[in-house]
Amino acid sequence: MKIGIPKEIHKGEQRVAATPDSAAKLIKLGFDVILETQAGVGADIPDAAYEEAGVKIEKDAKKLWHDADIILKVRAPQKNTPLKYDEVDLMHEGQILISFIWPAQNKKLLDRLAAKKVTVLAVDSIPRLSRAQKMDALSSMANIAGYRAVVEAAQHFGRFFTGQITAAGRIPPAKVLVIGAGVAGLAAIGAAKSLGAVVRAFDTRPEVKEQIESMDAEFLMVDIEEDGSGSGGYAKTMSEEFIKAEMALFAEQAKDVDIIITTALIPGKPAPTLITEEMVKSMKPGSVIVDLAAEQGGNCALTKKDRVVTEHGVTIIGYTNLPSRMASQASQLYGTNLRHLLADLCPEKNGRLVVNMDDEVIRGATVIKEGQITWPPPPPKLSAAPKKAEAAKPTTVQAPPEPEPALPEGAKQLLLLAALAGALYGIGSVAPESFMAHFIVFVLACFVGYQVIWNVTPSLHTPLMSVTNAISGIIIIGAILQISSPGFMITLLSGLAVLIASINIAGGFLVTRRMLEMFRK
Amino acid sequence: MSQGLVTMSYIVASILFILSLGGLSHQETARRGNYYGMAGMLIAIIATLMSESVTAYAILIVALLVGGFIGTKAAFKVEMTQMPELVAIMHSLVGMAAVLVGYANFIDHSNPLSGVEKTIHEVEIYVGVLIGAITFSGSVIAFGKLYGKISGKPVLLPARHLLNLGMIGLFIWLGNLFLTGVETGGGLWPLIFMTLIAFAFGVHMVMAIGGADMPVVVSMLNSYSGWAAAATGFMLSNDLLIVTGALVGSSGAILSYIMCRAMNRHFLSVIAGGFGSDNAGEAAEVEGEVQSVDTADVVDMLRDAKNIVIVPGYGMAVAQAQHTVYEITRLLREQGKQVRFAIHPVAGRMPGHMNVLLAEAKVPYDIVYEMEEINEDFPNVDVTLVIGANDIVNPSALDDPNSPIAGMPVLECWKGKTTIVLKRSMAAGYAGVGNPLFVHENTRMLFGDANESLQAVLKGLQH
Repeated sequence: MKIGIPKEIHKGEQRVAATPDSAAKLIKLGFDVILETQAGVGADIPDAAYEEAGVKIEKDAKKLWHDADIILKVRAPQKNTPLKYDEVDLMHEGQILISFIWPAQNKKLLDRLAAKKVTVLAVDSIPRLSRAQKMDALSSMANIAGYRAVVEAAQHFGRFFTGQITAAGRIPPAKVLVIGAGVAGLAAIGAAKSLGAVVRAFDTRPEVKEQIESMDAEFLMVDIEEDGSGSGGYAKTMSEEFIKAEMALFAEQAKDVDIIITTALIPGKPAPTLITEEMVKSMKPGSVIVDLAAEQGGNCALTKKDRVVTEHGVTIIGYTNLPSRMASQASQLYGTNLRHLLADLCPEKNGRLVVNMDDEVIRGATVIKEGQITWPPPPPKLSAAPKKAEAAKPTTVQAPPEPEPALPEGAKQLLLLAALAGALYGIGSVAPESFMAHFIVFVLACFVGYQVIWNVTPSLHTPLMSVTNAISGIIIIGAILQISSPGFMITLLSGLAVLIASINIAGGFLVTRRMLEMFRK
Repeated sequence: MSQGLVTMSYIVASILFILSLGGLSHQETARRGNYYGMAGMLIAIIATLMSESVTAYAILIVALLVGGFIGTKAAFKVEMTQMPELVAIMHSLVGMAAVLVGYANFIDHSNPLSGVEKTIHEVEIYVGVLIGAITFSGSVIAFGKLYGKISGKPVLLPARHLLNLGMIGLFIWLGNLFLTGVETGGGLWPLIFMTLIAFAFGVHMVMAIGGADMPVVVSMLNSYSGWAAAATGFMLSNDLLIVTGALVGSSGAILSYIMCRAMNRHFLSVIAGGFGSDNAGEAAEVEGEVQSVDTADVVDMLRDAKNIVIVPGYGMAVAQAQHTVYEITRLLREQGKQVRFAIHPVAGRMPGHMNVLLAEAKVPYDIVYEMEEINEDFPNVDVTLVIGANDIVNPSALDDPNSPIAGMPVLECWKGKTTIVLKRSMAAGYAGVGNPLFVHENTRMLFGDANESLQAVLKGLQH
C-alpha cells in the first residue's frame, strides 16, 4: 500500500509526519512512501534526504492525496485557503487517514470525513496503555512543549537561570514554579533544573510527588487531603475548598518566583484560571509566565492565545504551537510514534494495513471505520486507576504461608535445644573419657568453622569449596596410619585410600591456586 | 619422631587449616590462605609418615605420587566452566576414601579395645562408612547431572519419602546386627549390606533434586565429605582428622544454608527433592508482548548508556561467553562508562561459580558485586544486560505469591531504564517458571546464542 505524506498547510505548522529514518522503516514494513515536495523543509529535512531513504517525491499535492492509500499527517485535514481546496474533499473512499483529530472538539470534521467513507485513526485517541506508550504522540508532543516552554521563558527572562558566585558579585538562581506535573510539566521541571534554576512544582495528584522529587524539584502541597487523580492518568476538577487553598498557595508563590510555567488541563473542559491578575501584579517586574494551556483559554487570566504580551511588567507567553517551534525534534518523535502505530497495524510486515478492532489500542485510535463513526470507543478494559490500586499493594510478598506449625516457633526451638542437650548428656553418661576428649575437640572445631566460614566473601565460594575439598583429603592420615598394619587386605584398602585422597589434596590445592591467580583487581 | 612431636605437628596443621579458611574472607588474603592450607597438609603428612607406626613406605610413596600426579593433571586441565563437576567428583573421592579407611580399620585388629570403648569404636566405623558411602554415590550422581550425562530433571519415585525412611530404618537394624555380630567376631556382612544400601540412598537422594537446586546439593555434599572425615577421625582417635572434618563439614553446611536462603527454600525441602511440586495455587500466567531487538540496537543502547550492569547466569557459562563479555566490558570502560557485574548467590551450578568464570576472563573483581550490594542501585542503571539468566531476575518471585519461586530474593533489574535479555529462545527457566521480565515494557529481548550475539555487539562497538 502507498503511504502519502502531504505538506502541512496549517499556518505556522513546521512539523512533518515522517522523517527519512521513520520512512525507511515504513518501507521495510513493505509500504511505498510518497512525500509532497518540501514537506520536510520546516523541520530542516530536504527532499534529497527522503529520496536517499527510498521515498518518492511528489510535486502535486492533489495527485498525492489521490494516489495514496494511507495519509499520514500532523494536523487534522483543513481548508487550504491560498490554493482554494479542502483536504477533506481530496480524500476518496477506502482511504486511511492517520493524524491528530481531536474528535471531541471537531464533531463537524468527523461527520464530513465519515461521509467520505474513509477510515480515520486519531493519534490523540490512542489509549494510555503501557503497550501503547511507544505510539503516544500526545506524550511526545507534551514533552517537547514542556522543554520549549523553559526555552521560551529563558529568552524573555533577563537573568541567568543558574546561580553563580563571580568576581563581579553573586548571582541568585532563578526560581521556577511549574503548575501541573504531567508529561509537559515534568519535561519543564527537567529542563529548568538542568539550566540551574530552583524548581518547585504543584499538582493535585499526590502520586506525582515522587516523580517530582525524583527530578530534584520541590513538591508544593496544600494542607487539604484530596486526591485529584481522574481516570486515564489525567486530573479532575477539585472541590471549592481545595481550590481556595490552592489559590492562596499560588498567590504566595507568585511573590517569590521569577518564572511560572502552567500546564494545568482537565480533559474536555476549559483550562482552570489559576493565576489571577492580582497575582501577576504581585510578581517581580521582569518575571515570565509561560501558559501551556493557552489553547484551552489559559491558566493565567491575562494570557492571549498565540501571543506574547507584557502586563504589569510580566511577560506572558501564550504560544500554542510550541512543538512546532521545535519542528525537527517534534517530527522525529511524531514520525517514530506513527511508525510504531503502523507496525502494529501491519503485523505481517507485508505492506498491508489491517485495522483490527479487537486490538484495544487500535480500537481506541480508530474514530471512523469505513465511514462509520466509532468514536467514542468503549471504556478501556484496563484504565490507569486499577493499575494504581495494584501499585499500592506492597511489592514484596511473603512466601506462601507455611502449614500452621503445631507448636509456636519459640517452643519448637526450646524443644530442639532440650533434645540436643538430652542427647549430649546421654552420650556423656555412657561414653568413656577418651571419647569425650575427642568430642570436645569436635564441637569446638565446629564452632571455629562456623565463625570462620561466615566471613568468607561470597565471590570466593567456589575456591572455598575446592580448598575444603583439598583439606578433607586429610583423611589420607587415617590411611597412612593403617597401611603398615599386617594383612594384605588392609594394605590394599589403605593404599587405595591414600591414592584417592592424594588426588584430592593435589587437585584441590592446585585448582584453588589456579582460580585465585585469576582474581585480579 | 616421637608421639609428642607428631601431636604437636597436628596442632600446627589444624591452626594452618583454620587460617587457610580464614584467609578466604578477602581476595587479597585468599592466595596466602591457600598456601597456609598447603603447608598444613604437608606438615600433617610428613609428621604422619615419620611417626613410629608407619613402615610400608614403598607402597605409600607410589600411591602418593600416582595420586598426586592425577590430581595435578586434573587441576591444570579442568575448564573453569567445569568447576562444579570437578568439585563434585572430588567429594566422591573423599567419600570413597572414608569407606576404604573404615573397612581397613574394621579388618585391622592390631589395636585391642574392650567394653564400651570397643562398642563406640565399632559405631564410629559404622557411621564413618555410612556417611562416606552416601557422599560417594551422591557425588557421583551430582557429577553426572552437572556433566550432563544424567538428566537434570528431578527423578521422583512414588513414595520416595517412605523409601528414604525405610532405608534409614534398615541402617539402624543393620547397625544393631553389626554390633552384635562384632561380639562374635563377625559383622562384615551387615557392614557390606549397609554400604550397598547407603550407595542406593545417596543415588536416590541426589536423583530427586532438580538442576536448579544443584548449588545446594554440591555444598551439602561438601559438608558430608567433611563429616565423613570427622567420623574417620573418631574411629582412629585422631584429633587432626576430627578438627579438619568439622571445619569442612560446617563450611559445607553454612554454604548450603546460604544457598537455600538465596532461593527462599527450606533445606529439608531441597533434600526431599522435587522442585515446586507442592505449591498451593496456580502461578499467574505471563502475558504480554515480547519486544525483540537486533545487535545493532543493542550497540546503540550501550553507546547511549552511562551506567551499565551485567547479570550473568548459567547460560553465559554454557555459551562460554565470559571472554566476549570481558572484551565488551573493557571497551565500554575505556569509553568512560560505569560497568558493573551483579551476581546472584545461586547463579550457575555451584556457589561462586560466576565469580570464578568472570575472574578467568580477567574481569577485575572490584566491579563484581553481590546481589545485596547492587540491588538498590538498579533505578539508576541505564542498561542492564542479562546474559543467560532467568529465574534470578524473575519479578514474580516478589509479586506473585503463587509462583514456585515466590519469596526468593532476585536481582531487580526491571527497575532500571532498559533491560536487554540475551536468550536462546522463549523457553522457561530451570524452575519451569514463566518470566514477566521478558514482556516488561522496558525489556528488550535479543534472541540467539549468547556468545555469537555478544561477538556481534563487540564488533559493533568497535566501529
